[in-house]
This record gives sequence, C-alpha cells and structure tokens, in this order.
Amino acid sequence: MENTTLHATEATILFAGDSGDGIQLAGDQFTNTTALHGNDLSTFPNFPAEIRAPQGTLAGVSGFQIKFGSTEIYTPGDHCDMLVVMNAAALKANLKQLKAGGIIIANTEGFDPKNLRLAKYPDGVNPIEDGSLDAFRLFKIDVTKMTKATLDGSGLGTKEIDRTKNMFVLGFIYWIYNRSLETTIKFIEQKFGKRPEIVDANVKTLKAGYHYGETSETFMQRVEVKAAQIAPGNYRNINGNPATAYGLIAAAQKSGLPLFLGSYPITPASDILHELSRHKNFGVRTFQAEDEIAAITSAIGAAFGGSLAITTSSGPGIALKTEAIGLAIMLELPLVIINVQRGGPSTGLPTKTEQADLLQAVYGRNGEAPLPVIAAQSPGDCFYAVYEACRIAIEHSTPVFFLSDGYLANGAEPWQYPVSADLKPIKAVFAEALPEGEKFLPYKRDEKLARKWAVPGVKGLEHRIGGLEKEHETGNISYDPDNHEFMVKLRAEKVERIADYIPDQQIDQGPSKGKLLVIGWGSTYGAIKTAVKAALEAGHSVAHAHIRYMNPFPKNLGELMKQYDYVLVPEMNNGQLVRMLRDKYLVPAEGFNKIKGIPFTSTELLEKIKTLA
Amino acid sequence: MSTVVNDIPAFTAKDLVTDQEVRWCPGCGDYSILKQVQTVIPELGLKREEIVFISGIGCSSRFPYYMETYGMHSIHGRATAIASGLKITRPELSVWIITGDGDSLSIGGNHFIHLLRRNIDVNILLFNNEIYGLTKGQYSPTSELGKVTKSTPMGSVDHPFNPLALVLGAEGTFVARSMDRDPIHLRTVLKRANAHKGASLVEIYQNCNVFNDGAFEVFTEKSSKADETLFIEHGQPLVFGAQKDKGILIDGFTPRVVSMNDVSANDLWIHDETDRVKAGILTRFFDDPKNGPHFPRPFGVFYAEDRFTYETALKKQLEDAITAKGAGDLDALLRGSNTWQVKG
Ligand code: SF4
Repeated sequence: MENTTLHATEATILFAGDSGDGIQLAGDQFTNTTALHGNDLSTFPNFPAEIRAPQGTLAGVSGFQIKFGSTEIYTPGDHCDMLVVMNAAALKANLKQLKAGGIIIANTEGFDPKNLRLAKYPDGVNPIEDGSLDAFRLFKIDVTKMTKATLDGSGLGTKEIDRTKNMFVLGFIYWIYNRSLETTIKFIEQKFGKRPEIVDANVKTLKAGYHYGETSETFMQRVEVKAAQIAPGNYRNINGNPATAYGLIAAAQKSGLPLFLGSYPITPASDILHELSRHKNFGVRTFQAEDEIAAITSAIGAAFGGSLAITTSSGPGIALKTEAIGLAIMLELPLVIINVQRGGPSTGLPTKTEQADLLQAVYGRNGEAPLPVIAAQSPGDCFYAVYEACRIAIEHSTPVFFLSDGYLANGAEPWQYPVSADLKPIKAVFAEALPEGEKFLPYKRDEKLARKWAVPGVKGLEHRIGGLEKEHETGNISYDPDNHEFMVKLRAEKVERIADYIPDQQIDQGPSKGKLLVIGWGSTYGAIKTAVKAALEAGHSVAHAHIRYMNPFPKNLGELMKQYDYVLVPEMNNGQLVRMLRDKYLVPAEGFNKIKGIPFTSTELLEKIKTLA
Repeated sequence: MSTVVNDIPAFTAKDLVTDQEVRWCPGCGDYSILKQVQTVIPELGLKREEIVFISGIGCSSRFPYYMETYGMHSIHGRATAIASGLKITRPELSVWIITGDGDSLSIGGNHFIHLLRRNIDVNILLFNNEIYGLTKGQYSPTSELGKVTKSTPMGSVDHPFNPLALVLGAEGTFVARSMDRDPIHLRTVLKRANAHKGASLVEIYQNCNVFNDGAFEVFTEKSSKADETLFIEHGQPLVFGAQKDKGILIDGFTPRVVSMNDVSANDLWIHDETDRVKAGILTRFFDDPKNGPHFPRPFGVFYAEDRFTYETALKKQLEDAITAKGAGDLDALLRGSNTWQVKG
C-alpha cells in the first residue's frame, strides 16, 4: 500500500504515559522541532503531583499536549487528533480528550494484565483488544520489543534500554509529521555527552522509530502541517518561567542595576531560580534562602543596598511573605514579588494551574497596603510583563506583584524575541550627596510620589527606615494621628498615580462598541482569543479585552466597559477580577469560572459567549 | 579602606548620635550597650557611610534609630535575613545586626542559624535579657525553667536555650559573650567581633530593669562577679575568683574546678579559641548559679575560626562565570541557540 499524505492546517497531539516514561522530554523535543519547522504552537504539560507516583496507576499519568499549525495558534487545543499512550492508565485518563475518529497509538506492553489491573480495568477487559475503541483509529506498537531489538548487543542493561522507549515513539511521531530528527539528535548529544553509549542508544532508537514508520506499513497516512504565516521576524521557542528569568535579567541590564533573587524552591516557580542561577556571568546573585520569609527579606536587604531585588514563589509561599511585603510597602523600596500561581488553598494542587491569588496580591495584607499588580498573558509575554513590573518597581519606588501561573510557566510558544536596544529604558533615580549642612529627607517625593533610592555608601545620606509609621518627608517614627491618615492616603495615591504612566486598555479584537465585552487576565488569553475569534466569524457582537495592569487599572477601563451591553469575565477561580470590576466601576459584570486546575477550552468559552452575544 | 588619618578617626562617638530621643526605660541595660558601640565604632577605621545597623523587633531593636549611620528597623525576627541580602550584594559594607533573645532565638530562629552556618561577614549583637520587654513581660526562650511571668503564672515549663551552644551547633565561626555592666570588656569583644571575617556573634547579657531586673546580677555585681564569672582569653589559663585563687582543669573531656593552691597555672586548661571541642565544653558552663555547685559563667571569645564567607564565595563564582563565559550578552541570551526566521 502507498503512504498518502494528508494536509492539515493544524494538529493536536497528546503524549501520555507514566511519569517515568520520559513523556515531558518527548513533548519538549517535539515542541522544539515543531517550532523550528516554523509552526505556530502552544503546549500544555500536565504533571502528576508526585515525582514518582506508583507506576502504571492513574495517579502517575503524565501528559504533554501540543497544538501546532500553519495558522496562528493560541491554545494547546481543546481536544486532540492523536493520543499517544504508553500504558493502560494513560489511555484511561485521557481518552475523553480524543476527538471522535482520532488516532490512538498504543504501546502494547503497557496493556499487559498487570498494567490493566493498575489502571483499574475490570478483569479480562483489554480496551485495545476488545473492540471498544472502534470509534477511533487504533495503532498498536510493541515499543518495548522494538526497542530491545534495536539495542540488541549494545551492552546496555534492560533498565537503560527501557529508558529509550520514548525516543522510539518520538521517532515514529516525527515520521508521521515528516519532521527532521536533527534538533533532537543534537539535544541527545548535549544531554548525554559524557556517556557515548547512551547517546548512541537514544539516537539509534529515535531513528528506529522513524524507520519503523517508513517500513512497517502500520501507519498509512502521514500528515503535513506547513509552516505558519505568522508575523515576520526572528523566533525561538520559549516557556513562561525562562521568559520570566530573561525579563528580569533584561531589566537589570537596562537599568544598570545588579540583579538579586531571594527564593525558596516551590512548584511551579523553581525553574525561575534554576534559570537565573545559570547566568552568573550577568552579575546575577541567586540566594536559595532557608525559607520563604528569608527569601523575601533577603531581597529587601538587597533592595536597600541598591540591587534590583526579586523574590519568586507560588501561593503558599506568598502567604508566608505577606508581612515582609508590608514592610517593603512602608520602606517604599523597589522589589518584584513573583507569584507563579497554582491551585489552592493551602498546598492545594501544586502541579495544576489556577488564577486564584489575584485578590491575595491586590488586597492580602494587614493594614492599608496597596501595591501595583501586573499579570502576564502568555509564556512569551512573561518576559515583557515582568520587565514592566521591574520598571514600575524601580521608577515608582514600590514593591510590585507579578502574576504568572503554572500553565504559563510550563507552557511553550514561538516567541518573537526582542532586541535589547528596543526595550523601554528603565531609569533608577538615586539620592545624591547634599550640600554641606542640608538635611537629607528620605521620604521626600517626586511628581510620581516616588522617593529617591538612598543607598548605603553615600556620604551624608545616612538615615534610618523601618516598619513603623513614617513621618511625612523626614521618615522619622511618627504616631501622630493626622500624619498616619495622611501617609496611608499618600501611599494609596502613589500607587493610583501609576495609572498615569501605563498605557490605556486596548481591545484585543472585536468592535469598540457592541453587545458583549469579554474581559480576561493572565493565562486565559489564548482560550478567550480563540473563542472570540470564532464568535466574531459566526457573526456575534463580541469583543475581547485582556488586562495586564491589575492594579491600578488602566484609566480608560471604566469607559471602555460602558461601550458594551454585557461584560463577561472568565477566570480560573471562583470570581476575583469580576469582584474588583464590580466594586470599582459598579458594572453588572458576570463571571464565568472554571476551578478544575486545567485551563479553559475555547469551546466552552464559545458556548458561553453565544448565550450572551 | 581605612579612613584613619594619623590615627585620628574621621568621626567621633558624638557624630553617631541621632536627633531621635532615646526611648528605653531609665536604667535599661541598652543605654550602656549603645554607648559602648558608639565609642568603639569610630576606632574601627570604617567610613560612617558604609556602616549599616539592622534590627528586628523588640526593645533592643530600636537601636538603629539612635545610630547616625544607615539603618533599618525591620520586622520581627528578620534582621538576620535582611542583613544577609544586603551583605551578599554589598560585601564592602560593615553590617551590624541588633537583636534580642525573642527576636533571634524565637521568631527569627531559622534565619539566625542559617546566617551562622553560611558565615556571612556581619556582626550580630544579641541582647539577651531573658524576657519579652516590649510586649510587657512574657517569658522568652532564654528564661529559666519555672519562670513566673504574665504568660506563665504557674511557672514556665519551657526548657531554655543555651544560646552559645546553639551558635556553635549552627557552625558559628565567632562565638563570644559579654555584658552591659562591663564596658571595657564589652568594647574589647566588639572590636574582636568587628575584626573577625565571618559571622560574629556576641551575646550580651542585658538587664531589663522593668520586667526581669537582676537576671544577671550574680555575674555583674561586685560581691559575686569574681566568683561567678570566668573571663577567658586566648592562650591564658582559666583562672577566676576574687583572689584569682581558682582555676579550671580539664581531665580528658571533663572539666574540674581546682584551687590554685593545689595546681600550678601551667596545669590548668589553657584557653584556645581555635579548639572547637573545648569551646563546646565552655558553652556548657551554663548551670544555674542558684542550684548548688557549678562552673563560673565564661565571658570573652569562646571560639574563632577562619572560614570562607558566603559572599566572597559567591562573588568568586560570579567572577569565574565571567572568566568562563564572558560578561553576559543580553541579545545572545534572548536569542538562545535555536532560532528561525519568518519572512514577510
Ligand atoms: S522593657 Fe526592659 S529591655 Fe525594654 S527598654 Fe525597658 S528596661 Fe529595657
């Protein structure tokens, strides 16, 4: 039989297997190769909470979904065209994700009696043998056998041979989508460089998988997804956490400040710490503190000393930092607090995504303690959003919250990377030595109400700051009732005034007046964009605005909302932005909420939009 | 970096006094400590603008407001962590931490031990008054067992910390004790602490005359001081008593109080600051003087070790990274190693 090639504008693949099966690695490799092929793409890695959950069980299933296409892609796909499963549990956990008539590629060894039992299939039932998958196109491959045969005589042990299974599968998928093996071979050589026999084994297995496609006649149809017609420019592939790390380094470089990160490891934020610690040649100091509190307070110390100081964490860690954030507000020192949000409350869902820390960021402190809050909307946007957070922190002498989430942190997209010269300048204003006899006023303010950064080492500027209420301008301790009220209002006004220095809220797409405005923030961007696009194409009167400046809001936001009959606010929480909008603007905005630890699908958003527009 | 010209300090103790009214209770031991610090600092060859005092919360933590240097009065227990971040990023600064027994050993215990093991080059002055003063008289982690306070009307059932044993256990590299009532000794120890490269911990017995008056009386009052204290000096035998008539001998690992009539000074325990094991034994001279026979309480430098500091090691890594990879190139970083071009 001849192989035929199907031409598609987009495709979605879901790789799934045991967390020890190398699924994430295979997914990452497919992503990089696909990016270099020129497709637009979006990914969604989905990890189990345990590092090594019991093998073969549903709890241990790790997944990696990628949507790629020759058109613009904003989400990792609601449903997949192809489901690659390494075992029975992976099939059981993910079958509902597969489109009707979709393709299943199953590793037969993962469907032996033991695996079937672990996946809790009833005795005697094997889905890949009993015809229950007839609505799909099922391809069974004995990956284990093939891998063993490939590496026969390599001298490697069973365990090591077993570990290359993912490469066989990856090679086979590369064949289906007609992709080059080059990037992955390069990666293998780099990763296992010190062990040539392992490099050899992996490359061999990868190629074996590819050739298997060619020769086996198992798979009749190859799929061609051409390079995407996206904005011209230079691209690379990027995940949210490294993009955040790069944004911080860029802000340090552009402001001329040394970068300091105080951090305590926590999922899903740790990768920012890992990434930054690799770039010491940029003068980056990373400090793995003894706890979350030391992470932020060491950063406050570094900020006092004149560094661009950062602390990274996720919800539970942020809760621990709360008192210190209040201190930073009193000290009015630049500081960027990064929350890569995950499902809460408490330990919650460490490996799942959620947007439920918005109110914590905006309001969650003792006393009247406002600070600016910035949220990123896509993996690549983490770079720009955190850069902006640094700019505001430095230029307005204030701690700033930066919100990312697990989905952005681990998700990938092609990124039109910037040239450093094009980045907005960031200007740190330091207090300078005064003429003899003049008294330094540490809390004297400029037109932004920012105070000058007075860094130890400058003669004549010796001064004391602290958490007790400050007297206006002098910064001395003051218990004066009028001064306290004045200072509370001044600090609030200082944050409000940032609205004068940020861009107006834009409409992302859709008419500037109409029936429905969908307002989102953070990582829901891609799903909302896709849904609104489809609704517009279907003739609905709907527009989309995505907020980056969560506090203060852009000045035109109230006016903008008035141009529509309804405002819909989809959020991966129980309704937080919607409360803020209703509170501030008295608009009858309606929430649309999903609190499942997984992103919105554009389909569910589209359904909702259709009921209102 | 010395600013001492012809041995005349660039500034005097008076220049270290701020315009802020000192708000400790009259008679508080903090006054004396403030005075000794202000006296010693001008003699250290530091530039005033490169000195930073950082404190947490508690009576003693008001200290930075009274020092005309850079300073931060921070939040409870965190001065150590704040100072760590400052010193790591600004190694050239002279950083002093002012803390109390509650601040460093209770709410800030974690940062305290971690700073010590990292050996960040700061000076920690731990004002130990064995009570919570600012919150008006609850027992502290150094209060003795059975202590009756507002929060322990039937007596405390908390076994107290032995602060210096804790410091040594936390890998501290400079371990010393002094007291508010002995200005000369305190000044000497402060100078030593400043000279030490690494985390210097000075426990200072400080009388809280309002909530715990006389806690250290036996060590500070003339009538008992000579018999109850042991002033240790490197290379010198351990001798104490009003007539210098008692000494400490060490038999294997077992110390013993002996009469000088029975032994010669050469047979006594000769204090060796670099001996970690013996320093450990000295920190265990911690019996309650009220409870029968006991060792005198040692004052002075127990232990001093020359170990690399965190900030110098980190600085070296930064330099090594530049040597190996060259100074960071932002555009190369943003580009990464796998790029492609989309043509218009
Ligand atoms: S309460 Fe005690 S420690 Fe505090 S200032 Fe008064 S005397 Fe000093």
